[in-house]
Amino acid sequence: MKVLVTGASGLLGRDTAVALASRGDEVTVLQRRPSGLAGTQAGAGPPIREVLGDIADAEVVRSAVTGQDGIVHLAARVGVVGTEEEFRHANIDGTLQVVSAARARHVPRLVHVSTPSVAHAGEPLVGAAADQADTVHTIGHYARTKARAEQLALHAADALGVVAIRPHLVWGPGDTQLVGRIVARARAGRLALIDDGAALIDTTYVDNAVDALVAALDHAEDDAVRGRAFVISNGQPRTVAELLARICRAAGLPAPHRRVPLGVAHAGGAAAERLWARLGRTDDPPMTSFLAEQLATAHWFDQREVRAALHWEPRVGLEEGFERLAAWFAAGADA
Amino acid sequence: MVTTARLPPPGIEGLDPAWSRLVTAVDADAVERTWHVLDSEVTEGTGRGDEVARGGTVLCVHGNPTWSYAFREVLAAPPAGWRVVAVDHLDMGYSERTGTHRPLARRIDDLGRLTAALGLSGPVVLLAHDWGGPIALGWALAHRDQVAGVVLTNTAVHQPEDAPAPSLIRSARLPAMLETVTVRTPAFLRGATALSRPSLPAAVRDAYAAPYASAERRAAIGGFVRDIPLEPDHPSAAVLDHLAGRLGELAGVPVLLLWGPKDPVFSDRYLHDLEARLPQADVHRVEGASHLTPEDADLAGALHRWIPARVPMGPDALPSPGRRTGAPETDTAPLAAGEAATAPADGQRTPLWAALAEPHRADTDAIVEPPAPGDELRRPRRWTFGELAGDVHALAAGLHAHGVQPGDRVACMVPPGRELAVLLYACWRLGAVVVVADAGLGPKGLSRALRSAAPQHLVGIPRALAAAAALRWPGRRIGAGEVPAALRRSASVEVTLDQLIERGYRLIDHGPGPLATHEPDDALPPPPAADAEAAIAFTSGSTGPAKGVVYRHRQLEAQRDALRRAYAIGDDDRLVAAFAPFALYGPALGITSMVPDMDVTAPATLTAAALADAVAATEATLVFASPAALTNVARTAEELRGDQRTALAGVRTLMSAGAPVPAALLRRLAAVVPSAAAHTPYGMTECLPVADIDLTTIEAVGPGNGVCVGRTIPGVEVAISPLDANGAATGALVREPGVTGEVCVAAPHVKDRYDRLAITELTSSRDPGWHRSGDVGPLDANGRLWIEGRLAHLISTAAGPVTPVGIEQRVEAIEHVAMAAAVGVGPIGTQQVVVVVATDPAPGSRQLAPLTLVDRVRSAVPEVDIAAVLVVPKLPVDIRHQSKIDRARLGREAAELLAGRGLGRRRRRPEASVADDNADPNHGDGGGS
Repeated sequence: MKVLVTGASGLLGRDTAVALASRGDEVTVLQRRPSGLAGTQAGAGPPIREVLGDIADAEVVRSAVTGQDGIVHLAARVGVVGTEEEFRHANIDGTLQVVSAARARHVPRLVHVSTPSVAHAGEPLVGAAADQADTVHTIGHYARTKARAEQLALHAADALGVVAIRPHLVWGPGDTQLVGRIVARARAGRLALIDDGAALIDTTYVDNAVDALVAALDHAEDDAVRGRAFVISNGQPRTVAELLARICRAAGLPAPHRRVPLGVAHAGGAAAERLWARLGRTDDPPMTSFLAEQLATAHWFDQREVRAALHWEPRVGLEEGFERLAAWFAAGADA
Repeated sequence: MVTTARLPPPGIEGLDPAWSRLVTAVDADAVERTWHVLDSEVTEGTGRGDEVARGGTVLCVHGNPTWSYAFREVLAAPPAGWRVVAVDHLDMGYSERTGTHRPLARRIDDLGRLTAALGLSGPVVLLAHDWGGPIALGWALAHRDQVAGVVLTNTAVHQPEDAPAPSLIRSARLPAMLETVTVRTPAFLRGATALSRPSLPAAVRDAYAAPYASAERRAAIGGFVRDIPLEPDHPSAAVLDHLAGRLGELAGVPVLLLWGPKDPVFSDRYLHDLEARLPQADVHRVEGASHLTPEDADLAGALHRWIPARVPMGPDALPSPGRRTGAPETDTAPLAAGEAATAPADGQRTPLWAALAEPHRADTDAIVEPPAPGDELRRPRRWTFGELAGDVHALAAGLHAHGVQPGDRVACMVPPGRELAVLLYACWRLGAVVVVADAGLGPKGLSRALRSAAPQHLVGIPRALAAAAALRWPGRRIGAGEVPAALRRSASVEVTLDQLIERGYRLIDHGPGPLATHEPDDALPPPPAADAEAAIAFTSGSTGPAKGVVYRHRQLEAQRDALRRAYAIGDDDRLVAAFAPFALYGPALGITSMVPDMDVTAPATLTAAALADAVAATEATLVFASPAALTNVARTAEELRGDQRTALAGVRTLMSAGAPVPAALLRRLAAVVPSAAAHTPYGMTECLPVADIDLTTIEAVGPGNGVCVGRTIPGVEVAISPLDANGAATGALVREPGVTGEVCVAAPHVKDRYDRLAITELTSSRDPGWHRSGDVGPLDANGRLWIEGRLAHLISTAAGPVTPVGIEQRVEAIEHVAMAAAVGVGPIGTQQVVVVVATDPAPGSRQLAPLTLVDRVRSAVPEVDIAAVLVVPKLPVDIRHQSKIDRARLGREAAELLAGRGLGRRRRRPEASVADDNADPNHGDGGGS
């Protein structure tokens, strides 16, 4: 199968591209900066082809999409910093280009990689189903633009085998987003629990997320899949305190002991966001109001339907995942 | 002023606009009126109103001041094959405002004209609340051929003569108040929804008020109140009396009385009035529910259980008057409960009191009590069988002369001993039904239990009498023991047991003597039949309100015989029982029995010395005690003197029941009672005993995924109802080993039914002849039963149901873990397993376990994914056994902690469950032996 993977510079995009190539698919990757995958030969398939360009550039996208049998669309702007316009450009315009090109070129399958935050307005999610993307009540530019993007993508289900996959907190060796930040803060002695860290949270070991995206691509035209949005995770929620402690332990660091009440963290996060905006900083602030609430409320999901629909099961349990993470740190690979 | 009917505005909470329709019918005055009705079968493009439902129609009739909205949950989930129609009375809800006053007779007539216009010609089950009750019953009497069933909830047809009308109603009916309260202001309207328990969400309260926004629209609310016939010359009084007097005509119709006992208007008194008028009725009291039962109780769920079980379907299935209806139907051939479930015929029975009067034991000790407090010689007090039989006979005669009738319920609040034995056996001989509520239920639990059982008489020691007066327990009061004069007055004690015994002896006119069982007796009615009701016991209430359990004479006789067979009890045995139910059976078994010196309501007060003294006083061969009592016996064994140890060496059987018994405890007791075989019967309030295991076997079978409770005792059968993916015990009964599911029991000593819990009873006995225990486990290849937990405590994970006990046993083997509970958090079908442990040393407060403990717990239970481990200072356990963990509460607390907290969380309002199959922790009440 010929597959376009957009946004292959991130951990999940890169691993997905490699996984597809290893099983013999003809993979093209598209993103702004080189992914390091160009020309990589993984397994039986031909070397990975790389196209560089803006995901919202119609011409670039149309040419990359031409001739493909499937698309895994991961390219997005993430985080909390940036103007609404910047988020709209990457997430909404980018998705619009991918969807229209797929329509125009009759690409039969599109896996739109979304996020659980498109349907989340801050209440605890306990064994939840994947609700409809909500562009009104979601919080922040990222979640709102991703919500709109998911709506646009799923709208194309009339013509294409489209499915939206929302991986919940992907982590693993080489992950700079979750693991990288936690370890950096722990090393700096600035990692604290919000409240007692007792909220149960789903996470997804990266290999399982890759498998799920590949399975979604294979089953995108199935009746049980087409036009649907699914949250995927390891199906093993853990408390925030345990997750932080295990990540720290894997990196050879002590577990966090400091605690911050939610109210303080929430107010501090809001202040940091204002400060960052005023200073025009482009990195993420250490705490945001959204993150504070996320870390203090349960988020875990009913995985039964998605597993049946995608014919997918996580292969790597959390315990093994943490062992792999520890081995990776021990090998000094994060240096 | 006439205002036409209209459709409810959109956006009313929980109301589907597709149900609403307007129907025109001519009223009693030949005027065309328009009604608003909700109809579950209204669909686009069908001929509305012309169609006759395929099966039948549930016709819902609301009261005052509500509207058809009250039945929205029934409309949302109609019983299979039934159409649901809920009407708004004229001038009520969204029906036409006629500007007329419509008293009861006219409203009954109105309803008949509406159903004619609706074309309801098939079978009808009426569902009526409040004032809807008399209207619906009026309709039923006028349409007798169509009535397939009647469900009444918190309503009345008669004001009992011996009691005033409810004060709320009387005050609303005061001429000065009526218009103001009911019409000019929405006080009455708003008050009705404020009665709901727990309180209703604002959107629902607003929905109830929505059709009554102005004084004009509320006129009929006042009209209804005005129509309450408090005075005998009230125009509707005759109508209501006539209707109440004719209810016997519904004798062949299945009736369900579903009651909210917290109703300040229609109290239990009105329930009892309806029960007397409709003796065929199934009765279900929803503990905690108030007047607005459509909100407070799960009416829809109750109908789902009751209608299929009681109301035959199809056009030919209408009941003929006088015929009792409703054999439950099953799709598959049921596993037959074999010989075990059949009791001996009436002729072969041995009544409970028979052994008392057998001449050969007349001089044998029947009851021994510890020495009286002032007795310096410390002589145990003794009564022979001859004395006991005489007192029983006399008390039966005395009670009867006092007004206790066969079938009356008598609450017996007397500690085990001679006085209780005399009382119980006297009641049984007389044919009265003993209500035995355990002080372990606590004052609140006792109040609930007694209100539900509603005894006509209450016999109590002073402490119980004081509580009865303070908490207004029902029943004419009879004192037990020495009752001080002041208490006799303040607690309205009419007489004492001693006085009744004395009176009885005068009546039977021959002094202390044998209890004449077979001879005609002027002072007593004939002995009760084997099928007469004998006793109401209560479940422990460790997981919800205690449930009353009704036993008939033949079932208690079978229980006595089962015990005799299981433990080979003969005339040479003597029993020391520190466990209430068994203390009562000594006289029936014809053996000497004694309760040791202890507070039986607090089993842990039994010392080794007290046990030894009782054993010595009776030369006991059998000892029965709860694990909590035996734990203390083992703890205090060092204090035993040599003669006490010698006495204990004569015990041949030690029985421990009521809760799981740790093998380690049984081993420690082997040193205290060296000759005794340690037995653990397994059973539940609804059937005891079911199975038995001894220490040798416990050690031979070794650990497993639960507690091995052994093989069934002779005469008892066990089968398993397998679990579905979500952990509901839906499977047909099987006896194959290795299948985990709900343990079902058939035996001649299984309970008759739950008392005033008809829906619970339908659930528990849905396989005819079998009692569903609520316990979960498999049979093993050797026919031994294992208990892995309660059905209500199953953890319903995405990988299937997980039982808690095996997990807990393995976690409890971890160092520093004193006690463990496995609970589920999250929605059924995708729950996560959380382990809560009490550690030693105990933490100061509930918190997440340290990672090292989490790792140990996970490696102890590798096959289950454990999301979190919490440590707590102490696990909540039940009062009676001190060992049944309240997992439901732990689960709620764990769920709350692990949900974290958002900045604006919404909470959902719980609803009292009446028909929930398996999620209801109140069903069954067993618990490992």
